Amino acid sequence: MEHIISVMVENKFGALSRVAGLFSGRGFNIESLSVGPTMDPSISLMTLVTRGDDRIVEQITKQLNKLIDVIKVVDLTESAFVARETVLIKINAKGEDRAEALRVTDIFRAKVVDSTPGTYTIEITGDTDKIEAIINLLRPLGIKELVRTGRIAIAREDVKTTVQDKSQDKSQDIKRVGT
Amino acid sequence: MRLNGAQIFVESLRKEEVKVIFGLPGGVVLKIFDVLYDYKDPALVLTRHEQGAMHMAEGYAKATGKPGVVLVTSGPGMTNTVTGLADAYMDSVPLVVFTGQVSTNLIGNDAFQEADNVGISRPCTKYNYLVKDVNDLAQTIKEAFYIATTGRPGPVLVDIPKDVSMNQAEFNYPEKVYIRGYNPTYEGHKWQIKQAADAILKAKRPVLYVGGGTVFSNAFEELREFAELTQIPVDMTLMALGSFPGTHPLSLGMLGMHGSYASNMAIHHSDLIMAVGSRFDDRVTGKVSEFAPYAKIVHVDIDPTSIQKIMDVHIPIVGDVKCVLRELNQHLRTSVDGRRKEELKPWWNQIEEWQKKHPLTYTQEKNQKIKTSYLIDRLYQLTKDQNPIVATDVGQHQMWAAQHFKLDHPRTWLTSGGLGTMGFGFPAALGAQRAFPGRLVLAIVGDGSFQMNLQELATAMDHHLPVKVAIVNNGYHGMVRQWQDLFYNSRYSASYLGTCPDYVKLADAYGAIGLRATKPDEVDGVIQEALKIDKPVLIDFQVDPHENCYPMIPAGGANNEMILENPAELQKKEKEKAGLKKAGNGEKEGVLTA
Repeated sequence: MEHIISVMVENKFGALSRVAGLFSGRGFNIESLSVGPTMDPSISLMTLVTRGDDRIVEQITKQLNKLIDVIKVVDLTESAFVARETVLIKINAKGEDRAEALRVTDIFRAKVVDSTPGTYTIEITGDTDKIEAIINLLRPLGIKELVRTGRIAIAREDVKTTVQDKSQDKSQDIKRVGT
Repeated sequence: MRLNGAQIFVESLRKEEVKVIFGLPGGVVLKIFDVLYDYKDPALVLTRHEQGAMHMAEGYAKATGKPGVVLVTSGPGMTNTVTGLADAYMDSVPLVVFTGQVSTNLIGNDAFQEADNVGISRPCTKYNYLVKDVNDLAQTIKEAFYIATTGRPGPVLVDIPKDVSMNQAEFNYPEKVYIRGYNPTYEGHKWQIKQAADAILKAKRPVLYVGGGTVFSNAFEELREFAELTQIPVDMTLMALGSFPGTHPLSLGMLGMHGSYASNMAIHHSDLIMAVGSRFDDRVTGKVSEFAPYAKIVHVDIDPTSIQKIMDVHIPIVGDVKCVLRELNQHLRTSVDGRRKEELKPWWNQIEEWQKKHPLTYTQEKNQKIKTSYLIDRLYQLTKDQNPIVATDVGQHQMWAAQHFKLDHPRTWLTSGGLGTMGFGFPAALGAQRAFPGRLVLAIVGDGSFQMNLQELATAMDHHLPVKVAIVNNGYHGMVRQWQDLFYNSRYSASYLGTCPDYVKLADAYGAIGLRATKPDEVDGVIQEALKIDKPVLIDFQVDPHENCYPMIPAGGANNEMILENPAELQKKEKEKAGLKKAGNGEKEGVLTA
């Protein structure tokens, strides 16, 4: 199953490498990773999209927590959350296609952010379904280049997420397995 | 007080009460070595290779419980520490390793003896630092020692550029550290502990599965009380040996690939496993899907990632072994009243049956070559009264030592478990001897392993470290040969060592003492002689090159599928049948016995 994990890390050099190295070193899957600053300049927030069965995801969150530069790990997929991704798509747009491109852009409430005689560059923000849908519609026109930010996500208000603070480890609450 | 970086380094180490630094100088750390020149405390042990320094620091740390400290130069100095870092990381050994780095303005320019020290060491350290400003140096050293020694211990590397060691700053050594991303859990969850206590008292076939975490948390008293209260049979991992007395009636010895028959059968048939400070390593579990199929598992570990990593755990307890056992014992003291012994009688009867059926034995005929198992038993018998510290390398001799050298005291067993580092034993023994000058320190090493770090004989001589080195000389990488015997039709690809030094002459060349035994009846004599000598001694035990170590669970096998005795005879017959008899081996043996 896909999991979106939000990781709060010290804004130090090497922190990203520690997280990335953890995934490569232990053979965990990483589908996307986006990093940015937070309100607190000493903290960065990473949003990781990964896949795995329950045991692997449990290991991923525990291993992330074990990293000293990691301050907090939240598996957003454990409760309600909102996820978004932004994509820039440069397409061939000549003649008839220019109008078609604009129609698609309009339907998806995307924006044309750059235009040349032969191309449009379209900016789209949305969830995965929406992005896949617009890409599929634009593909026949000829996508020259496509750049994705990777997904970022945020937990919905009033919904209790399982926060894994270092002081209170989750494994204390593991449900009994087996008989 | 304004000091330069090198002085801050030394003063910080003094604040941490570091007594010994193991290391080797080089260009970018000259300033630090220059300052150290004026100090007796901390003292410097100059090694002949950085790997030697690392294993000495590990031996020192394992024997004392205090962090081992290493100081090396940049580039090759640092890269030579990598094996030691990985070893210490796997076996949770507290080390603080200081590496030199080129000046900050040169970093990234491929300068002379530059390497990306933090990049290289990142996956094999608990944490690492590059100190870019001398003003951060004292704080960084404080944090490094704190991280290395708390929680699940491990190696921490601090990379110090040349200009940082030369620049000046105000020296204030911090009293306390707070790292917001690092708060190890010591006290176990109360409710979980209560659950565990109940489960233990209900179990009909319980087994205590003790790991190296017990050693690092100094939980010896608590462990013993727990075992005696509950009358639970004690299986120990390779790393845990010594944490519970090996001669105690509750001890079943080591479990796992080369563990005793009783310990493996007990864990396989148990209905409750109490795992403390252990991590269900593949050398213990064998085939995970068939490991302890009837058992409920209680797992106590300070590292949450160890729990639920390999096995489904029924009662997980994150916490320090010592704290958790103390709490558990409190519960148990009030609820057991000697009746456990009666209740577990059928279980113990079964275990005793297993013990009688396949005890750890060996046969040594007088006219045969020396069997390593015999040699180790003699070493044990002749030294046990002195409570020796025993270091080993990796391979057959290590497994025989684990089986036959029964340790009754904690921190007397220095071995490389997780990484399985050949070349570990001799320098580790030197590190322990440096910590305890008056004690008997034995290094039981293979001839293959010993040759990986024998250069440290010079260090042993310089620092008067009278370690007694028992070289189990079989002319082979013995464990490799054993696997080739068992699984590769005795095709000894690269396991025969060919040229090896004359170890008696080698000892002599360094000014140490060399002894030799080639026959079983010489074993006792050379051991006794070696024990009288107050110098490093190499004893060349020329042993049977074809003895194999049993019992053994083949890799990936289940714990109840042990190979108990030498199947060589059987194989020989099979080989003859298949017409696969090889010509070459006889000649090799001839060289060895000459």
